[in-house]
Amino acid sequence: MTETAVKPAPAKAAKKPKPELSEGKRAERRLGWLLCAPAALVMVAVTGWPIIYSVWLSMQRYDLRFPNQSEFVFLDNYITVLGSEYWWTAFGLTTLITVVSVIIELVLGMCLALIMHRTIVGRGLVRTVSLIPYGIVTVVAAFSWRYAWDDKTGYLSALLSSESALIDQTSAFFTVVLAEVWKTTPFMALLLMAGLALVPDDLLRAAAMDGAGPWQRFTKVIVPVMKPAILVALLFRTLDAFRIFDNLFVLTPGTSSVSIQTYNNLIKGLNLGIGSTMSVLIFITVAIIAFLFIKVFGTAAPGSDSGGKR
Amino acid sequence: MAEIVLDKVTKRYPDGALAVSEADFTIADGEFVILVGPSGCGKSTTLNMIAGLEDISDGELRIDGQRVNEKAPKDRDIAMVFQSYALYPHMSVRENMAFPLRLAKVDDKVVRQKVEEAAATLDLTQHLDRKPGNLSGGQRQRVAMGRAIVRNPKAFLMDEPLSNLDAKLRVQMRTSLSKLQKQLGTTTVYVTHDQTEAMTLGDRVVVLRGGIVQQIGSPQFLYEQPSNLFVAGFIGSPSMNFLPATLADNEVNSPIGKFALTDRIRSLVEAAGAPREVILGIRPEHFEDARLLDESAKSGGATFTASVDVLESMGSDKYAYFTVEGDQATSQELEELAADSGSADVPDRGSQVVTRLSAASEATQGGSLEVWFDADKVQLFDPSNGKNLTYSG
Repeated sequence: MTETAVKPAPAKAAKKPKPELSEGKRAERRLGWLLCAPAALVMVAVTGWPIIYSVWLSMQRYDLRFPNQSEFVFLDNYITVLGSEYWWTAFGLTTLITVVSVIIELVLGMCLALIMHRTIVGRGLVRTVSLIPYGIVTVVAAFSWRYAWDDKTGYLSALLSSESALIDQTSAFFTVVLAEVWKTTPFMALLLMAGLALVPDDLLRAAAMDGAGPWQRFTKVIVPVMKPAILVALLFRTLDAFRIFDNLFVLTPGTSSVSIQTYNNLIKGLNLGIGSTMSVLIFITVAIIAFLFIKVFGTAAPGSDSGGKR
Repeated sequence: MAEIVLDKVTKRYPDGALAVSEADFTIADGEFVILVGPSGCGKSTTLNMIAGLEDISDGELRIDGQRVNEKAPKDRDIAMVFQSYALYPHMSVRENMAFPLRLAKVDDKVVRQKVEEAAATLDLTQHLDRKPGNLSGGQRQRVAMGRAIVRNPKAFLMDEPLSNLDAKLRVQMRTSLSKLQKQLGTTTVYVTHDQTEAMTLGDRVVVLRGGIVQQIGSPQFLYEQPSNLFVAGFIGSPSMNFLPATLADNEVNSPIGKFALTDRIRSLVEAAGAPREVILGIRPEHFEDARLLDESAKSGGATFTASVDVLESMGSDKYAYFTVEGDQATSQELEELAADSGSADVPDRGSQVVTRLSAASEATQGGSLEVWFDADKVQLFDPSNGKNLTYSG
């Protein structure tokens, strides 16, 4: 290590502003790359290639019903999709579902997290039970909701004597939101509970001594301190919720979110060009959401924020 | 500013464990009281009960003559400084200190002025806009103090506030803490496991052991008149030497020789009804190199000769360590103290005696030395219950 002080290659060192690494450090870094390589290659093969391929497809007129008319059209597909009213309706609906369900999930998830965090008796049992909905396959859960709301045989529609929960537009919307919330609140709660563990007990005791009541302790100490965890939870859920598919597909076959519309074009309509364009647009939207969360709100993985330490 | 009265305050946990048993003392207005004891003695629990962070199972706590058992911490108007400082990481130093005032909905101008005053007192003015994460340990400690003093509470509670600092800073902070308390004149209850802090800071010290108050008094009084073996061994550094001894015909027979009781001690021992087997306790400073004393000075005590195991020269004094023949003095209290200080793990043959000699002493390591001790300063303890037989109250 001490030999780095006497630089063997001054020309190279002058070019790089970073200090020259010692022999051991360099070897370690090389080993690190070598060890990562297999995983990185697999990742590139299974995620990188499809992304690149769908971007390529999105710039072609490519309809499997008319394979002879395929040609490169550059951004024409994008102009078509972005100029389409259907796309924007679907986009608006998806955004609405995302915002409403994520807000409800955050509130409920926080309550659940606080309950789980404070539980003393049967901690493991409480946590396991609350995680059950998250463990059920989404399609299965969606079908169980659908049968529950069925206007002839469903027990929920019988119970609430509402016959059109899935037919009326507004109530269908809320039914879908309910299904989403029911399913993913436990996930939210779990992430938030990890954040609650970051708040030292002494801090809450200090706040109590300083004159803060339970609500003030929550808003002025707990929430700001666990902000990184809240943002991560929100980020994950927003990205997930924006791609909503299963619940809508099963519960309300008529409505279309962006994912459903992509499915309709790509799989049902066999229009690879337009379908790929839509999937690229979803990808871009999701990327923008992630970017906003990270840059504007300063989301970071829990614990990596230096301000989070005392 | 207020008087705090603990009236037979008891803490019993649901599983039946007794953390604090009938703590019964009064902390006068403006007094600096230290709760001291080894870990698990109930000192922090006592403090938390005063703070309101833990419920009181039995007894009554009065602040300013008012029963506060049922009051929430925020309604007791007392401030607390935590060992971990518990600063709010998302707020600047200014906002940390202003937090209690903001919660009390104090006018913004007043908040600003009070925070600046406190910052000036604590020498934090140039750090007001920094986040706690960027401060050093000592600065964080001062911010925690600042948060406590801005709102001028009835009392300060401090839970080992200095134990996360390094040794040098701790001594510095100790002095400034003491000065600050005198300057503000606010009633302060301070918890520590460090007897040096207890000795140097407090107007009065409360020694706790296993949830039971052992003795309450000024540091000097506790040092000179410990009521039992535990207090004697806990207070003082280096700690008191304990040797097994037998008492017969007003003479003490101990590993460091046979000597007669002085009249003062004899009357105390007789009044206390001493058993035959006792534990003899002598503080290190009551020894002296016999060669440095003239005959008249020596007459008040006894001498013994032993070889010096280790000699530590501190400049102003010399500490000489001897090993004397015979068994170690044993009692429950001493075992507990040894376990607390970690010395239980050190293997020892015979019992060790620590002496503080004048710097003029010519003692050498490994050499033989004639040591004199003051027979009027010895203390005798009952091994069965640890009671001090020479306690004159």
